[in-house]
Amino acid sequence: MPKLTVDGVEIEVPAGATVLQACELAGKEIPRFCYHERLSIAGNCRMCLVEVAPGPPKPQASCALPAAEGQTIRTDTPMVKKAREGVMEFLLINHPLDCPICDQGGECDLQDQSVAYGKGRSRFDENKRAVTDKYMGPIVKTTMTRCIQCTRCVRFAEEVAGVPEIGAIYRGENMQITTYLEHAAKSELSGNVVDLCPVGALTSKPYAFEARPWELKKTFSIDVMDALGTNIRLDSRGRQVLRVLPRVNDDVNEEWASDKTRHHVDGLVRRRLDKPYVRQNGKLVEASWDEAFAAIAKVAKSAKGSVAAVAGDMLDCETMYAARELVTSLGGTMLEGRQTGLAYDVSSLAAVNFNSTIAGIETADVILLVGTNLRWEAPLVNTRVRKAVKKGAKVFAVGPTFDLTYAVTALGNDASLLGKLPQDVLDAFAGAKRPTMIVGGGVLAKEGAHGATLALVETLGLIKDGWNGYNVLHFAAARMGGLMLGYATDGGIKAIAAAKPKLLLSLGADEVDYTAFGDSFTVYIGHHGDTGAHNADVVLPGASYAEKPGTYVNLEGRVQRAEKAVFPPGDAREDWAILRALSQVLGKTLPFDSFEALQAKMFADVPALASEGLVHYPWSAPKLSAKPTGELGSPIKDFYLTNSICRASPTMQRCSAELLHGEEFAEAAE
Amino acid sequence: MTDAPAPATPPSFVGPLADKDRIFTNVHGFQDWGIDAAMKRGDWDNTKALLALGQDAIIDIIKASNLRGRGGAGFPTGMKWSFMPKESKDGRPSFLVINADESEPGSCKDREIIRHDPHKLIEGALVAGFAMRARAAYIYIRGEFIYEAKVLFAAVEQAYAKGFLGKNACGSGYDFDVFVHRGAGAYICGEETAQIESLEGKKGQPRLKPPFPAGAGLYGCPTTVNNVESIAVSPTILRRGAAWFNGFGREGNRGTKLFQISGHVNKPCVVEESMSIPFKELIDRHCGGIRGGWDNLLAVIPGGSSVPLVPAAQIMDAPMDFDGLKALGSGLGTAAVIVMDKSTDIVRAISRLSYFYKHESCGQCTPCREGTGWMWRVMERLRTGEADISEIDMLQEVTKQVEGHTICALGDAAAWPIQGLIRHFRPEIERRIVEAKGGAGTMMEAAE
Repeated sequence: MPKLTVDGVEIEVPAGATVLQACELAGKEIPRFCYHERLSIAGNCRMCLVEVAPGPPKPQASCALPAAEGQTIRTDTPMVKKAREGVMEFLLINHPLDCPICDQGGECDLQDQSVAYGKGRSRFDENKRAVTDKYMGPIVKTTMTRCIQCTRCVRFAEEVAGVPEIGAIYRGENMQITTYLEHAAKSELSGNVVDLCPVGALTSKPYAFEARPWELKKTFSIDVMDALGTNIRLDSRGRQVLRVLPRVNDDVNEEWASDKTRHHVDGLVRRRLDKPYVRQNGKLVEASWDEAFAAIAKVAKSAKGSVAAVAGDMLDCETMYAARELVTSLGGTMLEGRQTGLAYDVSSLAAVNFNSTIAGIETADVILLVGTNLRWEAPLVNTRVRKAVKKGAKVFAVGPTFDLTYAVTALGNDASLLGKLPQDVLDAFAGAKRPTMIVGGGVLAKEGAHGATLALVETLGLIKDGWNGYNVLHFAAARMGGLMLGYATDGGIKAIAAAKPKLLLSLGADEVDYTAFGDSFTVYIGHHGDTGAHNADVVLPGASYAEKPGTYVNLEGRVQRAEKAVFPPGDAREDWAILRALSQVLGKTLPFDSFEALQAKMFADVPALASEGLVHYPWSAPKLSAKPTGELGSPIKDFYLTNSICRASPTMQRCSAELLHGEEFAEAAE
Repeated sequence: MTDAPAPATPPSFVGPLADKDRIFTNVHGFQDWGIDAAMKRGDWDNTKALLALGQDAIIDIIKASNLRGRGGAGFPTGMKWSFMPKESKDGRPSFLVINADESEPGSCKDREIIRHDPHKLIEGALVAGFAMRARAAYIYIRGEFIYEAKVLFAAVEQAYAKGFLGKNACGSGYDFDVFVHRGAGAYICGEETAQIESLEGKKGQPRLKPPFPAGAGLYGCPTTVNNVESIAVSPTILRRGAAWFNGFGREGNRGTKLFQISGHVNKPCVVEESMSIPFKELIDRHCGGIRGGWDNLLAVIPGGSSVPLVPAAQIMDAPMDFDGLKALGSGLGTAAVIVMDKSTDIVRAISRLSYFYKHESCGQCTPCREGTGWMWRVMERLRTGEADISEIDMLQEVTKQVEGHTICALGDAAAWPIQGLIRHFRPEIERRIVEAKGGAGTMMEAAE
């Protein structure tokens, strides 16, 4: 713990801290461009220069200098001021003065810091440099003349995303940042370079020229594109969400977000259901709420408890709770959230939970991946595994092979391997301090595979003091919340279809095979005109996650709350309000009149949802059949088109076509 | 500018150097470079006995000889070697990297050594590598040196064939390899950490220090980067003793040195001389004087393109060594003496150097990337006079904004020649500006 002085203030800093970190701990702001907490140190922008004694009689780059005992650091001397002004002048001489047409304007580090640390005028009389723009794919728009060569994007691509496709070519003032051969950066995390870019060189292509940051309302929310529960901020103007930015949460997403999380938002305003519909003569016809409710009431009367609810992947707990209460009040018991037919045992929630926690994965030293494509099922879990690998963790995989950006020892795609792992794998686990297994969707879909992985818990010694290395990886945001609310029926959705419910409530369930429910009267409550609406007898327009407050439980059992950013379009209403109104028509009025009352009732029923943070599921492993055979599949066929919002999003469609299916898109010549 | 050299003990010997005291006996290539000829000249002569001195003894002798690094910075070589770890605590090997990426305009000594006396370098590599407990030496040779690389590859092969390198090198029981690596022609790869990056196969960009190469260098292992000449003289120092080497030059600037005199002298040459030889004597004795006589001398860049120039009057009797030239606001650098007579367009000459640094800046850090181009453009306008007098001060300030603010010394090297020009030739720059505006005293009238 070195002790040092910053501008006369004596402080103690943690061992290994840099001078820049020491200055920040002392409450001094140090301007910087290339330095970023989560990337390696480059020290090339030279903006963070400070005066350090003892040391050479010239300013030192504080980001790269280790803090040492007895240092005297000055950040307020004329030398430091002059050095900052000098570097700022250099950065600006070749930077275009196009702030009025630059999307970074208003949230630009260069703009802000030149106001704070610049000289205010230029002495540069020569012509400015111009750089041709580069193609970086459907997400990232480039204006490379604005680039200040901080190399944050290069380091991100190489270190975090694991796709070393961005680099610098040429040298001196001709240095340019580009993707090699100008191919699109093939990473599901490419959008993060837009946030990292301190200037307007890399901006968001779908968001180009949409809005200025000061026009936007910022709402804290939780992402529903996968089960990670990425903490996000929805930036909206009027009734439209214009962009999604990640919030910092070191336990969940650090400060990254996948491209799907960032860029599905244009799907929120397309293919929306904004009016109730009732099927007449085989066709969905616009109707009033009263007509729609009356149609449902007719069926409900004769249903006599033959009522089921199927929850979609993006639902909040409140909607699922309200629907559960309605189904129960009608005498029904059939609840299911696993739309695609999964029917794994849920007698112990710990046995289907991500027990080592997302952040905990970083400390794992031996990891066995079973039937999972981490990069698609949870891109930000993949970056954690990548971090662990960088620290020396060994990774084995059973199941189909994917490029996960790090070295994986593939054991083969044969589920029976789980019962007879090779000796070297067993040896590696025997010597591991933090042995970890990640069980993906391919396993849950395979008869006996879930049991086989649970049987391995003991064999591989996954549970130790203060460590549970058994992890099931879900990829539906509603999954853990749904399981906590009882959205699982023995035998899964097939059992429900077999019971032929008279009334089926489909809550945004768009992945269900509705042909099995041909005899049921299906009421779809949701936001997009997708599979669910196409197969419904009555469509009630609901709210997407951005249009309602709600509680979400992520794959590690972390309870998080989202706020409402905008109003649902047209006649659409928040889902709980629809269910409440419907219940009244059906004569089974639900006992809450406001969202707060609903939440209070839910918390009383399921206390675990009442407080934000990790829910503790006591560990117990059910005894299940454990003799799987054959190949494990991969449940995600197309990363960019996994739910109804994505499928409605032009950006996601383009990403899918270009990055996954190799279609080429011509750029407009200028 | 800085403290004057302390009084000499033993007395300063400032040349001329006798033939018997030359280290580089074939620097002019009158004899064959091959191993047999080299052995006749005394190279590889019982190298085993040199190694038998022991690692610490070798470093002590080099320290006692007061050899200062010949690559330009003049850091004491023995001390540099002593920074290397005495034993590997974590199994990492140590490496010696020999910097033969001689790209400094004016410098051409390493080229002559490799061309004509490569075995001095290779033997030095073994001795130095042994002293710093290195596993191998990498000789990073400039890409443009095609013939020299050929010679070096062949010479290394000869040394292996004789058993001087490889397993049990020279019968000493020490295993040592020498690898020759060709650069791709970037000046910046002469900077030690950029050279290490380049050796590793990456883009040649200097690394941040710390960590210093002696802690984590090539492939993350302890590494020392030395100039060709520093390494090549070390076997001879060991053979003839530190006292002998100390017999040349002034206190703090001991030894002999290869001077490379180019430009407006009658006979440009590379010659080994005693350190601290006065400039006038160096030129008169070896180069046949200045073209057009001593009165025709305008200025001298005494240490390669990156040091400030020194005007004629000041350089005449200056001792050619680290401290003597430092006192003149310049430096010995690589002892690449660029002589310019009065026919030289001095502003254009320095502007050309600015272009060189703009061209060779790696682009990694801001002041150098942006500053070198700016400085060159202003220099070009000063050359033609299409500038304002106030821009001279602005340029001076810009050089100060670059100097000392960069990761490596290229920023300094780009700034110093311009600072030297402004310090000594400001009237000349101002004259051009005034003339371009239509001569002194004329005032432009606003058109109406």
